[in-house]
Amino acid sequence: MKIKELITKPIISDNPIALQILGICSALAVTVQLKNVFVMCGAVIMVVAFANVGVSLIRNHVPNSIRIIVQMTIIASLVIIAEQFLKAFVYDQWKTMAVYVGLIITNCIVMGRTEAFGMKNGPIASFWDGIGNGLGYSFILIIVGFFRELFGSGKLFGFEILALTKDGGWYMPNGLMLLPPSAFFIIGLIIWAIRTKDPSQIEESN
Amino acid sequence: MLEHYASLIIKAIFIENLALSFFLGMCTFLAVSKKVSTSIGLGIAVIVVQTITIPVNNILNTYFLKPGALAWAGLESVDLSFLGLISFIGVIAAMVQILEMALDKFFPTLYNTLGIFLPLITVNCAILGGSLFMREREYNFTESVAYGLGSGFGWALAIAILAGIREKMSYSDVPHGLRGVAMTFMTCGLLAIVFMSFAGIQL
Repeated sequence: MKIKELITKPIISDNPIALQILGICSALAVTVQLKNVFVMCGAVIMVVAFANVGVSLIRNHVPNSIRIIVQMTIIASLVIIAEQFLKAFVYDQWKTMAVYVGLIITNCIVMGRTEAFGMKNGPIASFWDGIGNGLGYSFILIIVGFFRELFGSGKLFGFEILALTKDGGWYMPNGLMLLPPSAFFIIGLIIWAIRTKDPSQIEESN
Repeated sequence: MLEHYASLIIKAIFIENLALSFFLGMCTFLAVSKKVSTSIGLGIAVIVVQTITIPVNNILNTYFLKPGALAWAGLESVDLSFLGLISFIGVIAAMVQILEMALDKFFPTLYNTLGIFLPLITVNCAILGGSLFMREREYNFTESVAYGLGSGFGWALAIAILAGIREKMSYSDVPHGLRGVAMTFMTCGLLAIVFMSFAGIQL
């Protein structure tokens, strides 16, 4: 597969969240503010890409029976690096999403990609596959984060966009958007939109 | 004293439900909730693993990883807390493996029912999340047993409810693009709102 295809395919047509249903937990939990979304996406893209490369490099030397634990070790080491990095440079954000950064280890996108792609392909293709899937994940997260922050608190990246009624403006913030369940509805609607555009993804049973 | 543990368990089941308030273990939650019977099997497996791994990780954290935890070995200034993630996930993977072997040997019927779900649990974020919350909230050993039991049960309850709803839903006429995953997301959203009504309860 070409590098361009490896990167662009997971963004819409083979999206890790919308089609492969991987990595949902963090998509729901960190999307109240766009700032957190970007930090999280950066960490995930980095971890997926390098975990994929690492697994791909040793794929011919690891016995099949212990491959899961080997993959786990690689992923966990990368997540620890990401965590220490965030702790050092963006401490405030790290504090609000500490548990979810640690949970990148069990984020199924990482495990799913190393298992499905890294174990079977060379390191360079794996790197781009990791970047592509990380971007696909970011794509959904950014949309969700955009709507939740804009309608929930009238801001984007902490800057006021819609003037709130409590400060004399016109916009009455939608409290539901600040609550985690709203992320479910937004992701559900995104999936609906993607599937209306690309009917081949539709499932027949409920 | 007993009251304290009871309220901890109730809190972990309803108010701080891992699946519907913290959205942990969502991948399996959405993928394995098509049938009530399988989801109950998975739920039981989660309860068992959660009740074992959280206390074990608690011991590990108290005696090896916390800043100053190695004082018993004469190393007061050593802080190994950055190794938390890798050792927790190691414990979980090992425990799941041991549990699998033990069940295979002593309770073959239970092993056959849970069979495929056990390895899946290693990558269920609810398990690792439980251990991380345990560390963050600084539970002691007995509290961590109670928390493990409660949080596992809460997750199992949530997946059983979702599976029940999805079974009923197969009779309804859902718009085409919304069928399958998208509808499950919507259902989860409504369920999560229901569970939010527990949030005001003070224990």
